[in-house]
Amino acid sequence: MSALNPIAPIGQAVLGLLRTAGAISIFAWRGIRAMLLPPWYFGQVGAQLMRIGFYSLPVVGLTAVFTGAALALNIYTGGARFNAEQFVPNIVVIGITRELGPVLASLMLAGRVSAAMAAEIGAMRVTEQIDALHTLSTDPFRFLVAPRLLAALISVPLLVLIADIIGVFGGYGVSTVILDFNGATYIRNTLDFMTSGDVTSGLIKAGVFGFIIALMGCYHGYNSARGAQGVGRATTNAVVSAAILIFAANYTLTTLFV
Amino acid sequence: MTMSTSSKISISGVYKAFGANKVLRGVDIELQAGKSLVVIGGSGTGKSVLLKCILGLLTPDEGSISVDGQSIHKTGPRTRQNIMGKFGMLFQGGALFDSLSVWENVAFRLIYADGVSRRAARKRAIAALAKVNLGPETANLGPAELSGGMQKRVGLARAIAARPEILFFDEPTTGLDPITADVINNLIRSQVTALGATAISITHDMASARKIADEIAMIYEGKIIWRGPAKDVDNSGNPYVEQFVTGSETGPIKVMAG
Ligand SMILES: Nc1ncnc2c1ncn2[C@@H]1O[C@H](COP(=O)(O)OP(=O)(O)OP(=O)(O)O)[C@@H](O)[C@H]1O
Ligand SMILES: [Mg+2]
Repeated sequence: MSALNPIAPIGQAVLGLLRTAGAISIFAWRGIRAMLLPPWYFGQVGAQLMRIGFYSLPVVGLTAVFTGAALALNIYTGGARFNAEQFVPNIVVIGITRELGPVLASLMLAGRVSAAMAAEIGAMRVTEQIDALHTLSTDPFRFLVAPRLLAALISVPLLVLIADIIGVFGGYGVSTVILDFNGATYIRNTLDFMTSGDVTSGLIKAGVFGFIIALMGCYHGYNSARGAQGVGRATTNAVVSAAILIFAANYTLTTLFV
Repeated sequence: MTMSTSSKISISGVYKAFGANKVLRGVDIELQAGKSLVVIGGSGTGKSVLLKCILGLLTPDEGSISVDGQSIHKTGPRTRQNIMGKFGMLFQGGALFDSLSVWENVAFRLIYADGVSRRAARKRAIAALAKVNLGPETANLGPAELSGGMQKRVGLARAIAARPEILFFDEPTTGLDPITADVINNLIRSQVTALGATAISITHDMASARKIADEIAMIYEGKIIWRGPAKDVDNSGNPYVEQFVTGSETGPIKVMAG
């Protein structure tokens, strides 16, 4: 009878969503607590900084350079319609630092980092390694979750800062080589026009996105269902939910910074 | 039923179901300190689930479990952590940390929870590995480089390395050759006799059960249906136990027909 009620499935979906939101909030709270209170496992933080930060440099760098380059071409084409080609450097730097640097780098990291975390922690869950941690007097939130959250909070803004620089140089490269801009003028226009607010707003976004990336990876891995299929689903869910939350958070944060 | 105050572990009326699958249906066990109990029972009867309930890794639907008179499920996280510190557990699947080397697995609790220096912890890990017949050459290998039986023995070394008061062994001799199995049986026996640990072991190997048990209990349809001194297991007068011990297809225990 309830199957025929058209409102029931909607209500169920809403309840399910609320339940998940509640579970993620509790998980995040426990993760933050573990991050703030000792014992801290600095070795784990260091290892995660390497894995999240250092090894993501190529992915983030390539994303940034191509995005900056494409952006410059598009702005040039668009600007030419009302004789505003000279604004390429100004708009590239705004586009990259405020929006595309943080968002695109974080999306790439969601694919790379959230997925890897969910797969690793999920495999630990299904092979009882997380249970084993408990029996060895070690809190998995301190040993697994907190180091990942902290490492992501530190390394994603740094990666985005690097992406900003590389992205601007992607635009510079295209503009000077293909569009006949003068290199020195391009750099001067970029620096004169850019404000510190453009960069910091992007870096604040990056911190939030970094937290989302690690949180989704850890949450879905930690709650992985049994078996290889469970781990596979956890990995997919981690990437998809991290990406969606990044878009949602990006909009919310942008409304604060305009 | 009298609640003995000197019980190390006291389990009463424990129920645990997974959906419609009613696994534990009123388990009662009292275990004195310094005794070795072996739990036998068919595959899938809830032996591993029982151990995980005692460890607090699963929450029973009903009933109470206490260790040294302290309830483990109705207590704060701090007390719970203290109680957990008394346990060492060998998981049925080994549950080794595959990101760490063999010796780091064995020394895990010493390094990460007890604050022992890595150098001293490594020495103790190698001593514990020797007790399970593994030479120092295995210390630097990864768990994935070991055979199934070797992984089991590393798990055993990890369980005993920090000399916990209570030891749980989930199928300690499964997958071992008869000679190594005997080394393990003697090791478990000596943990109890020489070091005074309290042990619960699960096994299907009756030779092993006879060797390591002070008492044997049989679980069937979610309850403990027989319990007695190890020497009585061959003339228990209980048709279920007789069938299990002799490994006969005919008897009161229902065997699924293909
Ligand atoms: N986390 C879980 N989620 C759902 N069902 C579970 C879970 N853990 C165990 N079960 C179910 O509980 C039952 C008992 O499992 P358990 O692992 O305790 O068996 P066992 O007695 O240890 O068997 P074996 O001798 O084969 O190891 C099984 O039917 C199993 O499917
Ligand atoms: Mg089992």
